[in-house]
Amino acid sequence: MNKILLMCINFFRTGLFAVGGGLATLPFLHKIAEVHPDWFTVDDLTTMVAVAESTPGPIGVNVATYAGVKSLGIFGGIVTTLSLILPSFLCILIIYNFWQKYKENDRVQKTFAALRPAGLGLILSACFTVFMSAVFPETGFNWHCLLLFAVFFILLQLPKIKKIHPIFFIILAAVIGIVIPL
Amino acid sequence: MKTLFKLFFAFFRIGLFTIGGGYAMLPLMEKEAVDNNHWVTKEEMLDIYTMSQCTPGVIAVNTATFIGRKEKGVLGAAFATLGVVAPSLIIITLIATLFKNYAENPYVIKALVGVRCAVAALILTSTYKLIIKAVKSPIQIGILIAGFVTVAFLGSSPVAVIIVAGILGLFVFDARPKEKEVKNDE
Repeated sequence: MNKILLMCINFFRTGLFAVGGGLATLPFLHKIAEVHPDWFTVDDLTTMVAVAESTPGPIGVNVATYAGVKSLGIFGGIVTTLSLILPSFLCILIIYNFWQKYKENDRVQKTFAALRPAGLGLILSACFTVFMSAVFPETGFNWHCLLLFAVFFILLQLPKIKKIHPIFFIILAAVIGIVIPL
Repeated sequence: MKTLFKLFFAFFRIGLFTIGGGYAMLPLMEKEAVDNNHWVTKEEMLDIYTMSQCTPGVIAVNTATFIGRKEKGVLGAAFATLGVVAPSLIIITLIATLFKNYAENPYVIKALVGVRCAVAALILTSTYKLIIKAVKSPIQIGILIAGFVTVAFLGSSPVAVIIVAGILGLFVFDARPKEKEVKNDE
């Protein structure tokens, strides 16, 4: 029981202080691994990140689930995941009330006019990172990937194709990746 | 009740196909929450996304909570949030207990290379459409470029970029496009 409670507290803290997406949880998890090597070690963390990045789902949640399962089995995975998301859940509920109340306010509108392009800049840089990791991997320039990216991008601009669910393209791309050596 | 399950399964689908971090969910969320279910408008989605980046926690979870709350109250928030984490919970539990060498599997690695190409094209398409809609004034274009360059090439923290942009917008200048300013003055 004590271990479960301690895990709850640790992952709650991680969820509360990791601001800016899943990878921001890493320094906190590193600390947990140092303090509680019986839960998971720093070496385990490398495997966890590799798995988290190559499986569906938000990376932060994946790492938390993995850590929980590793140290306490399936039940542990549920505990760590719920503890990790609880702080953001509560924070967003509070922020939502402010947003509902003040979103029409002139100053808030002014702030959002500056926040929106900044947010888009961040999304663009994330897109750039994904693009670079596919087209310029450690082994050098991969023109197959550049071609595949270009074909997808051009197709997505066609009005009829736009209506297709993105899931279709993701599955298609996974199949292409396995069938054709990229 | 029907809406609650709709929220759960829409975000379950989003969680299931978000491969490579929270940003990869943008095209999926646009499809599920904007086009298919009309839970939020495109601009609201962008605002929620931006707020989610500077609040504690995983971006995908924050966004799910927000949209769920807006559509169906606190219960809606809970269903959407559980929906977005359920796929991870199931898949990671399976991998951690059964397929320990998953990340080294050659087929997984090959499939992921393909997926990255598609995800980059999908995010770029969504972002491009949002930029056309939300970035109009010269100041906004400047913020967009500055945000992209500092994070992509100079390694700044995304949180810092959001905070600086917020302060600039609140205290320093009005980034809204000119037509609106004229209307406000009248």
